[in-house]
Amino acid sequence: MKLTLSWLRRHLDTEASLAAIADRLVTLGHEVEDVVDRTRDLAPFTVAYVVEAAPHPNADRLRVCKVDTGRGVVEVVCGAPNARTGMKGVFAPVGTTIPGTGITLKRSEIRGVASNGMLCSEREMGLGQDHDGIIDLPDDAPLGKPFAAFMGLDDPVLDLKITPDRADCFGVRGIARDLAASGLGRLKPYPIAAIPGLYQSPVTVRLGLHAAARDACPLFLGRHIRGLKNGPSPRWLKDKLIAVGLRPISALVDVTNWLTLDLNRPVHAFDAGKLTGDIQVRLARPGERLAALNGKTYDLDADMTGICDDSGVLGLGGIMGGQSTGCSEGTRAVFIEIALFDARRTAATARRLAIESDARQRFERGLDPAFAGAGMEEATRLVLELCGGEPSHVVVAGEAPPGLPALSLRPSRIAGLGGLAVPAGVARTRLEDLGCGVAVEQADRWIVTPATWRHDLLVEADVVEEVLRLGGFDAIPPASLPRAAALTRPVLTQRQNRARRAKRCLAARGALEVITWSFLPKAHALLFSGPHGAHPDLRLANPISAELDWMRPSGLPNLIAACGRNADRGIHDLALFEVGPAYADATIKGQTLVAAAIRRGLTGPRHWLEKPRAVDAMDAKADALAVLAACGVAGASLRVTQGGPDWYHPGRSGELRQGNVVLARFGELHPRVLAGLDVAGSVVGCEVILDAVPDLKDRGSRTRPALDASALQVVERDFAFVVDRAVTAEAIVKAARGADRALIADVAVFDVYQGKGLPDGKISIAIAVRLQPRAATLTDAEIEAVGTRIVAAVTKATGGTLRT
Amino acid sequence: MSEQPDVLQARLLVEVAAAASAAALEAIRVAALGRNGDVTRQMATLGKLPPDERKAAGQRFNTLKERVADAITAKAAALAGADLEAKLAAERLDVTLPARPEASGRIHPVSQVMDELTAIFAEMGFTVAEGPDIEDDFHNFTALNIPPEHPARQEHDTFYFPEGEDGSRKVLRTHTSPVQIRHMLTHKPPFRVIAPGRTYRSDSDMTHTPMFHQVEGLVVGSDIHMGHLKGCLRDFCEAFFEVRDLKMRFRPSYFPFTAPSAEVDIGCARDKGQIRIGAGEDWLEILGCGMVHPKVLANGGVDPDHWQGFAFGMGIDRIAMLKYGIPDLRAFFDADARWLGHYGFGAEDVPTLFGGLAR
Repeated sequence: MKLTLSWLRRHLDTEASLAAIADRLVTLGHEVEDVVDRTRDLAPFTVAYVVEAAPHPNADRLRVCKVDTGRGVVEVVCGAPNARTGMKGVFAPVGTTIPGTGITLKRSEIRGVASNGMLCSEREMGLGQDHDGIIDLPDDAPLGKPFAAFMGLDDPVLDLKITPDRADCFGVRGIARDLAASGLGRLKPYPIAAIPGLYQSPVTVRLGLHAAARDACPLFLGRHIRGLKNGPSPRWLKDKLIAVGLRPISALVDVTNWLTLDLNRPVHAFDAGKLTGDIQVRLARPGERLAALNGKTYDLDADMTGICDDSGVLGLGGIMGGQSTGCSEGTRAVFIEIALFDARRTAATARRLAIESDARQRFERGLDPAFAGAGMEEATRLVLELCGGEPSHVVVAGEAPPGLPALSLRPSRIAGLGGLAVPAGVARTRLEDLGCGVAVEQADRWIVTPATWRHDLLVEADVVEEVLRLGGFDAIPPASLPRAAALTRPVLTQRQNRARRAKRCLAARGALEVITWSFLPKAHALLFSGPHGAHPDLRLANPISAELDWMRPSGLPNLIAACGRNADRGIHDLALFEVGPAYADATIKGQTLVAAAIRRGLTGPRHWLEKPRAVDAMDAKADALAVLAACGVAGASLRVTQGGPDWYHPGRSGELRQGNVVLARFGELHPRVLAGLDVAGSVVGCEVILDAVPDLKDRGSRTRPALDASALQVVERDFAFVVDRAVTAEAIVKAARGADRALIADVAVFDVYQGKGLPDGKISIAIAVRLQPRAATLTDAEIEAVGTRIVAAVTKATGGTLRT
Repeated sequence: MSEQPDVLQARLLVEVAAAASAAALEAIRVAALGRNGDVTRQMATLGKLPPDERKAAGQRFNTLKERVADAITAKAAALAGADLEAKLAAERLDVTLPARPEASGRIHPVSQVMDELTAIFAEMGFTVAEGPDIEDDFHNFTALNIPPEHPARQEHDTFYFPEGEDGSRKVLRTHTSPVQIRHMLTHKPPFRVIAPGRTYRSDSDMTHTPMFHQVEGLVVGSDIHMGHLKGCLRDFCEAFFEVRDLKMRFRPSYFPFTAPSAEVDIGCARDKGQIRIGAGEDWLEILGCGMVHPKVLANGGVDPDHWQGFAFGMGIDRIAMLKYGIPDLRAFFDADARWLGHYGFGAEDVPTLFGGLAR
């Protein structure tokens, strides 16, 4: 919403400076997006008189002008074809920076004649594109005075962001009222007198709306004005419209724009000579079209409110008029429309047709239903003043709906909700200054009747807001929240702590945390969706791009794609992780929190001591185990199973389970998947399903079990077993450990071998067993005995033999 | 003719002192104190002396033997030390060579700021609530006093899922406010919660991304008023931006789910594209807030006649950009290793109020 300072002052009696007004507007909730004050840029430009424009002695196209600047006569060389003796123009002395070009004028000599300044064109002034000639001012322009003041260009323009609830502030008067109610100035009276009709309107109006659509247009006022002459608007009107970015067209059109901007009362003027029969307001019929005033043609449907005559739809109610009945130079009679249209239907129609207009902006927020009659009188007055003519009686169809119902306000709520005690008298004055009615029933029970132009006072809190707003929220003293307890208590849930620990754990392991979109291309979703395909509920109906049309079923695909992008930038060795959602379906339970991590390339840069190695599935397994450990899951409680979902390498992947619950998956990614994501080379990764990790039980005590560190000598013995390749290391370790649970403290695999020296299909797995005696140092015989038991247990469990 | 004991001692001590290696020293030891050594042999002759001389001579020889043995031990240690020094001197390492590389991981600025938010709001008694990204119409709009035909729905640039069989369609939550409703419906007041998380709007340009992060705050009690709203947000902003007496401005605004509603600006200075929080005369909008609308309380199953409070919503990415001077929002989601290395945080940089939020 744009307005100028002088426009505001038509409604507001105030001495306040522009800065003070702008500050107050912000305090009132009207964000000032821009203040344009051209006074400074245009200050050097003054009105000058061309005493004589003589031909240049050395150039056919140039003239040498003797220019009276009001402070003396100077000689200026001018190339404009319209420079002539006796004209008034805009003079810029030497030293002036020309706004349109940014060039600073210097004293110069043009083809042997000195030039001491410049007569300016509109384009040079930054006021328009007209470059055909210099500005030709009227004879009454005051010599030597600032050009900007004479043209009304010294009027600063404010651009406000009006919140959608404040329909009333889409008119300059509404803004003036808000400022006045806040104590900045006084709202000037705006008396509107009824103008008697002189004849019956030859055009009548009928509301042809069926019962279900009656609210589409509850009220329509029309008035015929004949014998008028349309022409250009007077300067004051043109200046205001130009200042706020509108193009003056003709007096009739400009008046309708003026009323829209000034009083927030959209008006439409039909050229009465172009109407066919009477006006009817009805819903459009499918197939009907409107060639609108913006030059575009729209296909209408049966939800849209049409202003029609016998020829069809003339305009869309509350949005835009049509070309067929628009006013022109030749218009001799008009039919003026002042109506109320339903906000929702107006908004829906304009949205569907993608039409932005000043009328739409106002109707979809709501107009003052009580102002239709006065609006018609003001429109009539302006048309008669600018164009002459005589008015008919007003024709009326329908009736104005009431404003919002009265509300009960407990003044004690101002302090109770707002935290600031406002004296009752002040509160009441503020509400009344906004146009609300206040009736005091009891000291703490007022009845507040919202002004008819307010559509936002619906509950008591809205009224409290108005009282506080007019005094500024800055007046409310801040108060720290009272502490519920002396000390801060832990606030995170176990699930939240798991997420936090997983992030810190993976970062400590050298991975970079990334955040990627929750959506991805369907093709990527399919790669991670398993045999049943992507869940159809996870498709976005209106994706931001066709490439991001599906919710991600896993955290891995975006990480792998990011890996590819980094490789394109020359970063090939990389570890990335993301702790975020994966979606199995569109339900709440379908969203799970997953820590996903990938590694690609080498373990590090080349180094003089050690060669880096390629990352492998065991790195991914280590990441998964570390995250689980960080989340309180002991490695010993986990079972490792071979294989994983089909986005992993079938032979080099596994799952970590507690019971049958999969807590994590890890392994090399399937080459088919990498190809689908356009990533070269091998990538390993893991997914830890943080939502599957069980909460730790609160043991009620933080005491740790006593340390069991025996003073007796530990004995370590190595064994190597030759087993079938299908036998897992875990089976051997488990069997060995079971051979003597009291004595065996640890079993660790330290070597795996296959190949030369072993039969086909066989593998050798070597384990180190630590024996921790409890009672007395072990004798050779005891060590021998437990060794025998270990070999027997492993042989029994795996069919393997001791390698000798 | 055997040497006099004092001559013998003097000779042996000279020889020990002159020994150039451990082997030479051992040869001296054997020659002196070995079974056929000079000292051993002379001591064997003591028995032939008259008894009155035998005792004194024995003492003399014992002293001699001890002195020589001590000298040999000391010399052996000195020789060993010199050998070690010589060996170590030969073992020089060029310590300017690089140590073994260790990959340094990083925490994303959004995670870091979420931890900072948690640290601050926990101090004020808040817990952390969560809700799903895929929301229904009720929680994302209707319960927040945004009925189906409300213009605010259009302004939200909502991502929709296809219509279900009952004609309803789910949405990607456009803000974290639905978590307010979920929390109210499952807990009893009073409330102090924040709800950080992913939010989505169908908007993509220089300053907008289709996914971003918000943190919602909800405080409900029997007497929580707008002064508390201002105090709580002031306390937060001063702690988060680590600026004392931060200039703040509460501008009236409009949100369907709060009344009164306000937008909050903080003071800043803009200089050559850099923003400094807390200095200068400019203002920077950082959040929207207000007193929870009575209809929203009622929709959350909370009696608005007994309970009241405030709510706020803030862009996490935005405050991260402001605090840490990160220029481009889109880079947050691009997973560029160089960006993460530069703007990310170390795993050990856990923000606490006692240690300071950031360095």
